[in-house]
Amino acid sequence: MDFQPTEDQDDLRAGVRDLLAGRYGREALRASVDTGTTVDRALWRELGAAGFFALRLPESEGGVGLGLPEAVLVFEEAGRALVPGPLVATHLAAGVVPGAAAGTAVVSAFDLGGPLVAHLGEADAVLGASGVPAGEPVRSVDPLTPLHRVAVSGDVSAYREEGALLTAALQLGSALRTVELAVRYAGEREQFGQPIGAFQAVKHLCARMLVRAEVARTAVYAAAVTGDAGEVAAAKLLADEAAVRGARDCLQVHGGMGFTWEADVHLHLKRAWVRAEQWRTAAQAEELLAQELLGAAEGAVPVG
Amino acid sequence: MDLTYTEEEQDFRARLRAWLAKALPELPARPSPDDWPGRRAYDLGWQRRLYEAGYAGLHWPVDAGGRGATPTQHLIFLEETERAGAPYVGANFVGLLHAGPTVAAEGTAEQRARWLPPVLRGDEVWCQGFSEPDAGSDLASLRTRAVRDGDDYVISGSKIWTSHAEVADWCELLVRTDPGAPKHRGISWLAMPMDAPGVSVRPLRTLAGSAEFAQVFLDEVRVPVANRVGAENDGWRVTMVTLSFERGTAFVGEVVACRRTLGELARTAKANGRWDDPVLRRRLGRLYGEFGALWRLTQWNVSEAERSAGGVPGIGGSVFKLAYSHARQELYDAAAEVLGARSLSLEQEWTLDRLSSLSYTIAAGTSQIQRNIVAERILGLPKGR
Repeated sequence: MDFQPTEDQDDLRAGVRDLLAGRYGREALRASVDTGTTVDRALWRELGAAGFFALRLPESEGGVGLGLPEAVLVFEEAGRALVPGPLVATHLAAGVVPGAAAGTAVVSAFDLGGPLVAHLGEADAVLGASGVPAGEPVRSVDPLTPLHRVAVSGDVSAYREEGALLTAALQLGSALRTVELAVRYAGEREQFGQPIGAFQAVKHLCARMLVRAEVARTAVYAAAVTGDAGEVAAAKLLADEAAVRGARDCLQVHGGMGFTWEADVHLHLKRAWVRAEQWRTAAQAEELLAQELLGAAEGAVPVG
Repeated sequence: MDLTYTEEEQDFRARLRAWLAKALPELPARPSPDDWPGRRAYDLGWQRRLYEAGYAGLHWPVDAGGRGATPTQHLIFLEETERAGAPYVGANFVGLLHAGPTVAAEGTAEQRARWLPPVLRGDEVWCQGFSEPDAGSDLASLRTRAVRDGDDYVISGSKIWTSHAEVADWCELLVRTDPGAPKHRGISWLAMPMDAPGVSVRPLRTLAGSAEFAQVFLDEVRVPVANRVGAENDGWRVTMVTLSFERGTAFVGEVVACRRTLGELARTAKANGRWDDPVLRRRLGRLYGEFGALWRLTQWNVSEAERSAGGVPGIGGSVFKLAYSHARQELYDAAAEVLGARSLSLEQEWTLDRLSSLSYTIAAGTSQIQRNIVAERILGLPKGR
């Protein structure tokens, strides 16, 4: 048993991190907030060229031929960089929707469990529907995730497990990033003659953030290795919580600055809220886990 | 990232499982929780069986009398023994998990030969004399003094929260040997015989009603200088070795036990109708996910230790302890919800477990101290003034 990432997996992650740091750093992120560019088609194609969407497509079909463990590492990095756009849906559409694998097509999905669809205006296709349905724009909480209300509904159950896991990986990256942002700010910002990170109250906020993120991390990686439905549900549940609560705690560490538009924290929080509604909500994950627990308990041989 | 076991590891698991199936039915009845002499005999009897079967000191180095097993094999051992309902390490806890590994890592050849084999054979019990009445989590502020007199130290002071003190043969004792030095220096690590003149033990009653630990009074107790492990005044560093063993391995088997308890909770809730309450059902589902993740975190930490091959577990143990100790308390709160008013009866095993779970966020470093460790040593935040 060697649960640690292999050298190749570490290299893959480092490569994606470098690519995103150069291509979608903080300035690019803020520029897309200012201009309202929620899907950068050029970046989309670059991600496609780097194999982001075709990662799990067999080499015989022009893909990279890797698996879910590699995919979660790559998506974790995208979550850390807060790359906007329907990354998960386009990745799932590789090999199904022409152009998705190469990043020349933008594909969204009926993954919000209701009449709302994200990125409908930029989408070339929507998973679960034939063509792109018409929709009314809705003001979105996340400035980088536009929403539309549509009249039709679509079935994405075939994509649900993988969609939930990859979304959990995005949440994980965001959670780990907010720990870094909070720790950096707590080490720089001085009050009462010392960095606020020297105060135990602030320290403990940061420590709690890390504990939630680390537990979520092993859950996400384990689910990627086993592909087990219960483990995927646990990974989504724990990663959603790590991202949402992590962003809130990060905002708290930033104090008044955290409540401003200029700080990046609100972008992490709002995206985390969107993702928490995608593919599998906390309530759905808990119900699924409860059924698994009961099934395992009733099937188990009595102990002792 | 791989969660499969090698053929060798699977073989190890299969042989262990077969041995457990044969050994466990031959065990005597468990003594009652307050029968300490009975518990000592029972726990050491189990240790003797492990020793004879070649499973004693599995994770200890071979030159210390152990089996030199890999961390993964140790993990399999803890998983299988817990799954089979085998006895917990119990009274032998300090010897096997703290004092033994510390002597193995820091002791002289004579010290290792004297103290290690009896721990492995189940002949001697150790207790831990670290905490003091006024020190609390500030371990280095200890005041128990040891004054050199010829070939002996003469020790006076008091220790508290000493588990198994009543039935222990030896105590791993921290004493101040240089009162003038800064508080982390000037401490030494001694092995003290519990039957030495001047040692007296007063059991303390826990909120669960049982006598789990004790206060130990030391009145001019003479301990040979030869019983010191490590250099004089170097005891703090030796202690850090001990504590890293404690935090790294102490709770592994318990995660398996908690997952088993969750299964029993689900069956009970189904039988008494509480399962139809969606709030409770969702709560149990969440705990199932959390304990599954904690088991994976255990595997993560073990595989990390295996790859670094340093032997001493890292500070990732603090992250695990924080998450686990709180989840365990949540588990037994949920158990009380499943039982309803029946949870008020002390005849319910889960009620005793609920009471004992309250110690988990205090013992072996409170959650507050663990968060400081995570913040300062992992995240690199500045120390407070």
